[in-house]
Amino acid sequence: MKETWSKLRKQPLFMPILMLILVLLINLFKDPGFFSIAVKNGVLYGRLIDVLNRGSEIAILAVGQTLVIAVSAGTDISVGSVMALAASGGCMVLAGYGNTSVTGIVAPIAVGVIVGLLFGLGSGCINGLMVSKLKIQPMVATLIFFTAARAIGLLLCNNQIIYIRYEPYKYLGNFLPHVPIPTPILVTILIIIIAQLVLKRTSLEMYIQSVGINNRASRICGINSDMICFICYAICGLCAGAAGMIASSRIYSADSNNIGLNYEMYSILAVALGGNSLAGGKFNMAGSIVGAYTIQAIMTTLLALGVSTDQSPVFMAILVILIVVIQSPVFKKWMEERRVRRAEAGKEAA
Amino acid sequence: MKKKVLAVVLGSMMAMSLAACGSSGDAAATSAGASTAETAEATSTPADANVASVAEAISDAEAGPINKGDTITIGFSQVGHESDWRTASTNSVKAAFSKENGFDLQFVDCDNDSEKQLESVRNFIQQQVDYIIIDPIVSTGWDTVLTEAQDAEIPVIVIDRTIDDSDKYVAWIGTETKNEGLAAGAWLKEYAKAKGIDELNILVISGTTGSSAQIGRTTGFDQYVESEKWNKLDEQTGDFTQDGGQKVMESYCKSYEGQFNVVVCQNDNEAFGAIDAMKAAGVSYGVDGDVIVISFDACKAGQQMVMDGDINADFQCNPLQGPDCAKIVADLAAGKDVQKQTFMAEPWYAHDDTVKQVSYKNAAGKDVTEDMIVVTQDIVDAGY
Repeated sequence: MKETWSKLRKQPLFMPILMLILVLLINLFKDPGFFSIAVKNGVLYGRLIDVLNRGSEIAILAVGQTLVIAVSAGTDISVGSVMALAASGGCMVLAGYGNTSVTGIVAPIAVGVIVGLLFGLGSGCINGLMVSKLKIQPMVATLIFFTAARAIGLLLCNNQIIYIRYEPYKYLGNFLPHVPIPTPILVTILIIIIAQLVLKRTSLEMYIQSVGINNRASRICGINSDMICFICYAICGLCAGAAGMIASSRIYSADSNNIGLNYEMYSILAVALGGNSLAGGKFNMAGSIVGAYTIQAIMTTLLALGVSTDQSPVFMAILVILIVVIQSPVFKKWMEERRVRRAEAGKEAA
Repeated sequence: MKKKVLAVVLGSMMAMSLAACGSSGDAAATSAGASTAETAEATSTPADANVASVAEAISDAEAGPINKGDTITIGFSQVGHESDWRTASTNSVKAAFSKENGFDLQFVDCDNDSEKQLESVRNFIQQQVDYIIIDPIVSTGWDTVLTEAQDAEIPVIVIDRTIDDSDKYVAWIGTETKNEGLAAGAWLKEYAKAKGIDELNILVISGTTGSSAQIGRTTGFDQYVESEKWNKLDEQTGDFTQDGGQKVMESYCKSYEGQFNVVVCQNDNEAFGAIDAMKAAGVSYGVDGDVIVISFDACKAGQQMVMDGDINADFQCNPLQGPDCAKIVADLAAGKDVQKQTFMAEPWYAHDDTVKQVSYKNAAGKDVTEDMIVVTQDIVDAGY
């Protein structure tokens, strides 16, 4: 028993999952109804579903952000803005330039979604070029899109919010007909599976880690490190595009000012909460995804507890600090030493 | 005819300003001469910031009748475009100060960034525009920059939101949001009476905390909550966005399942989100449903939903400040005094005529009775 426990504790995913469970347990005190899941109107309904559903964007962003952090020891801070850009681009194509509210669409939905994804991919490629070829520091390189992407989105939307009041456009962010699971959850699962296949089947994961650990050594070994770095940023941009289209479909509009607001921070935080080092190198994608849902669990919990939305960032900060401290090596070492001392004291007493 | 009148007016202003310059010192008078000369040559070189701006403003204005192509430049610093309402406000001002009307409007969308807004206003001052229109993102921190504008003799017109820590603007045009809250309360009281609903359990999705619309609507409505002893279950902010309204309502539907029968959304975008969330949770709402939905702003899409019966009543916050702004600019150009505060007319909309009129004591302490307008297709078509 004790052995399995200590083996379990050594698992890299142990801490992130424990933290997620602890956050969810906060709700037991206030309202156990938090954990009930029902089927209403033929769809799944409950706060846990909300966490999974609303956390989709952060989880998708975390997939890309993990790779970027691993390969370049830097962060892509443009993802939130790129979400808005992708949403604006996609909606612009669907509604036709200059229209603010349409009930029908001028291009097939697939075209709109693909255009949105291409906007994301394009931004990611430009970020990647700047970081890998021009050797600009990641934060500075992505700062350009952090500030510019929303503005470009506004230009695409003629400075307005474009509404697409067309039922099928809502599918991506809500429910497909006769499917009880929110579409964003399905999309997230799909993206995670694709990412895993690409990483494992093409040994991209190994390349990314080796470039992240030592860029020069990897190059000498024959890995095209610039290309690997570029690919990671491109994937991150693509993920941001996908998250942007989901966020846009939820509200069937392109709100360039508010879509993805602060999401770059959430995505970075998700990677950190997942137990990944922001210094690059080895990474654990599953940890980042658990981290993403932890963040959403905190936000949903605060809403459920009735903490006013203005004060919730403070509570969120406190919880995040606690989680980060508990996971920090210094704290872990301290706990370990305490355990050893206790054990010794126990022996002496015996 | 118009041009002649304008010429006379401007001429007299010129004379007055020259007299003022004369008394204030030689330097000012010289620079006035210099800048007039510059404008007469029809160069667009921006005048030195140090140049006495009385003279500058006048010479710019004076250039109008002389060089027929010259226009009145106006700097407009807008909050952003977070909602349809804001877009309507922007479009209204843009239309009022169009090129065809003889204006050059410099529009800055500040994306809800108050630093950017201050910077944009400073830019306008540097460019020596003739008038500045501001829709302030925050109500404080304005005194310094407004003093700069005053020193540069550029009249500042404030629209929609208010400025609390400075009175160095010539006019404010907007709405009394507290009246909207009061009218909503008065309507709900009458509506509940007419429908025989005894107990009102209210959920509020408020706007961005601290914005004047949120404060006004909350205080107005809360007066009725208190006096009528209604039960306000909760109030959380949806930040005036659809996503915000949807998230908050999603949570409300679970926390207060079956316990509420009124939802008050402080703008239409929040109402759209809230309605989507209620639909998903299987809560029946609107005219034929269990939950009364009250919204504010009454944009075109909002009015449509009132007509369809999804929203019971919608209290418009009139966004069309453009014509009023244009009137004030015309008055100022003519040297007339303008009112420091202009409240725009605001209509209230409802799905049906269950409640025909609302009576309440407005924010100014006056008893008023106003009509509830039943939304028809014509109204929706004319909406913003």
